[in-house]
Amino acid sequence: MSAFFKLLARNRLALGGLIVMGLVVALALITPLLPLADPDATDTANRFLPPLSDGYLLGTDGLGRDLLSRLLWGTRLSLAVGFAAALFAAVAGAAVGIIAGFYGGRTDNIIMRGVDMLMAFPYILLALAIVAALGPGLVNALIAVSVVNIPFFARNIRGITVGLAHKEFVDAAKLAGMSNPRIILSEILPNVVPVIVIAMSTTIGWMILETAGLSFLGLGSQPPQADLGSMLGEARSALITNPHTSVIPGIMILIIVMSINLLGDGVRDALDPRLKSGALSRPMAATRVERKERPAPETSTDAILSLDDLHTQFHVKDRIYKAVSGVSLSVKPGECLGVIGESGSGKSVTALSIMGLVASPPGIITAGAARLEGRDMLSARFGELRRLRGRRVAYIFQDPLATLHPLYKVGDQLIEAISCHRAISKSEGRKKAIELLKSVRIPNPEERIDIYPHEMSGGMRQRVGIAMALANDPDVIIADEPTTALDVTVQAQILSLLSDLRRERGLAIIFITHDFGVVAQLCDRVAVMYAGRIVEEGPTMEILRAPAHPYTSRLIACVPELGEGKRKLEAIPGLPPSVDNLPAGCAFADRCLKAQDSCTKGEIGLEGSGSRAVRCLFPEPGFAEETA
Amino acid sequence: MGGYILKRLLLAIPVILGITVIVFLIMAMIPGDPATAILGSYATPDNVARINRDLGLDKPLVARYFIWLWNMLHGDFGQSFSLNRPVIDVVLERFNNTLILAGTSFVLCTVFGILAGVISAARQYGLADKAITFAVLLGISIPSFFLGMMMILFFAVDLRWFPVSGMTAIYGGGDLADVIHHLTMPALALAVVATGVVARLSRSAMLEVLRQDFIRTARAKGVREGRVIWGHALRAAMVSIIPVLGIQAGFVLSGAVYIEIVFQWPGIGRMLVDAILQRDILLVQGGVVFVASCYVIFNIIVDVAQSLLDPRIKT
Repeated sequence: MSAFFKLLARNRLALGGLIVMGLVVALALITPLLPLADPDATDTANRFLPPLSDGYLLGTDGLGRDLLSRLLWGTRLSLAVGFAAALFAAVAGAAVGIIAGFYGGRTDNIIMRGVDMLMAFPYILLALAIVAALGPGLVNALIAVSVVNIPFFARNIRGITVGLAHKEFVDAAKLAGMSNPRIILSEILPNVVPVIVIAMSTTIGWMILETAGLSFLGLGSQPPQADLGSMLGEARSALITNPHTSVIPGIMILIIVMSINLLGDGVRDALDPRLKSGALSRPMAATRVERKERPAPETSTDAILSLDDLHTQFHVKDRIYKAVSGVSLSVKPGECLGVIGESGSGKSVTALSIMGLVASPPGIITAGAARLEGRDMLSARFGELRRLRGRRVAYIFQDPLATLHPLYKVGDQLIEAISCHRAISKSEGRKKAIELLKSVRIPNPEERIDIYPHEMSGGMRQRVGIAMALANDPDVIIADEPTTALDVTVQAQILSLLSDLRRERGLAIIFITHDFGVVAQLCDRVAVMYAGRIVEEGPTMEILRAPAHPYTSRLIACVPELGEGKRKLEAIPGLPPSVDNLPAGCAFADRCLKAQDSCTKGEIGLEGSGSRAVRCLFPEPGFAEETA
Repeated sequence: MGGYILKRLLLAIPVILGITVIVFLIMAMIPGDPATAILGSYATPDNVARINRDLGLDKPLVARYFIWLWNMLHGDFGQSFSLNRPVIDVVLERFNNTLILAGTSFVLCTVFGILAGVISAARQYGLADKAITFAVLLGISIPSFFLGMMMILFFAVDLRWFPVSGMTAIYGGGDLADVIHHLTMPALALAVVATGVVARLSRSAMLEVLRQDFIRTARAKGVREGRVIWGHALRAAMVSIIPVLGIQAGFVLSGAVYIEIVFQWPGIGRMLVDAILQRDILLVQGGVVFVASCYVIFNIIVDVAQSLLDPRIKT
């Protein structure tokens, strides 16, 4: 609760709303104590005095009544009526909602149908009908506004009660023999009250506005008594000749409603946990690049795509998560490089950084280079980067249900992949899309092209994702766990498909996965990542035969092998370190059986001979023998 | 699709019947004798009995409801005693004027609300976002009747750009240009609040959608940013914006009552307020039932639009 108030206080606008509202309420409370003129005392000699007249700070109205006095008394009345209406609607709505939600079944059905019926009216029609029946008057307007808002509360509270009615503590109370009314009062109500209070606080401004509106129409408070709405209504006839009589109560309503809205927004934001984590910020078109130094010039030559000392971080509030800290990779045409690691090891962020697809905010690339044929794409302008995306470097993502647009036909999404890089006619696009679907072995492509992603199976959707990546004959495909969401047989089909495509088209593939079994089937070389760094790199077969880093060997031990069912499957105890607080030296030391004091003393380099390299002071014995 | 629309229309029948029951019950609560209210000082016992017989008020409540319902189904909403015309004629004429006003406002709030919301989301935390957020806050906090009065002061009295009130010029008005000239201010004043609400919701719907994986996919394909925002993202966000447009239509219709009073627009809202003050019960009943039924039908149109937009909805 105190955290909630802290969040609220941090929101300056909400705080401002709270202060203004507090002032208005305080003023309304002390109004009877202030030395004010009688708000209803008419003085025809002093009609329509302008503001700042002698003895009349805000002037007078058409009957010579003191406007300041009427404004304060009117504010008091409007606040009281608005609050009473909100309270009445909340109590009645909550009662209806709790009964419907708690008893369920037919009771619920009948009540909620009635509520739906009331909600079928545009709200003012119902309010007008009620006032028509009861007759104009402030109390009747209050009743009308309350009744109109009961359905809103009833619906909200019912939803919450339904959730509570099946909780253990309610069952326990039933078993203990408590009667239903007692359960409602002692178990349900205390849990619902906070929701009622919040719903009330967000609607109270609305209630004030509505009752003021009815008074404005002449259906609420009757002369000589005046709330802010009827002050405005009475002043309307003198709008053009004496605008101050309208402006003064109007501004007051505006101030009240605005401060309540500010406060309400603040309350809502403070209650929405997503706002705290900054998750509601939208990613920009490309990841922000903020490099202090220009990246070192290109060194290797035969690679089509290379990463050089890439650093990608996430800045959330005052914390810095170093997702990728100094990754260098390269891939040659026709080669498949596997990048393997646990979740959170930074492998996906590495892959997304290449074409600036890391969500930003909060992601920032702070150092390094990503080169396509020697050209650094991190320094490219967005227009150039966009033209390279999908045309030269294409992505295949995990979970194709979330990664395909749910409302566009599969074919249209394929055609768009082509048409955003070159003009293509409708019929030609369609032909090409069918060809693409055929190339990823989707049966009946002529029909499948016109269906939506949700009408396909997971494996089929993944094929569409692959087809989309192939649309422009790219040079490099970056596949980010493309088979993780699929079952094993489909996974095998997708892998053999990728393998064939690589051979046929000479594609370079960067394959991100957490599964050594998959790496073994597809990849020529593999890089093992841990806590944002590469800990071992080399040809797949050699690493599988003789892993050098203790982490790699543990990871390989995690893969079950067919026909060796008796072998114990080894999970790695512990969790990877949090990347906002990395230890010195080896990040794996905590979980490593061979760790020595020296492991956590200082920076350990990625060292090795020939094609292999490892970031470890005490490599596994097999590796030491091989390189010796 | 045809089956879906038919199903929705059939489901609307009990809702509209429910509306007639609620309105009838509310009106039946009226204390005292409607005949006395109608007759005023002519309320001799003979006259009261005759009026009661004419209005069918001597029959029991349930019978009266069914007679009223039956007559309405035949297009007979009764006779307005204050205007001495058939209720249905008055209602249709006035509702037509309200539709011109509220319809224009609805289009305005939809177009500008979505436009502002999308720009605000795409430029989150930027200058445009802050300006729009502030304008929206002001817009949803200002009472429309007060805004309307201030607009009259400024644009009609001071600047003389628009007429102060009415729907047509008294002499020689009535053509389209004249109506548009009269319509501009009330339509804008009515649209402001709804525009603010739509903008707010569009902004949060867009922010929600822009974080989705399929937006990243579109960007990875190399789709232009303009198309990512106004195509991919907005299309998906519309799924949550459209239901709110349906709700806002109800608020625009409600707000029209105030605006019609402020601008002397001869719409159904003003008619209802006058009828209430005159205690012209049949006119109130007929007007409320008619407008509420139209709103139910409008919401069906919204649902159908929603199902056309989202293929995942089973139709």
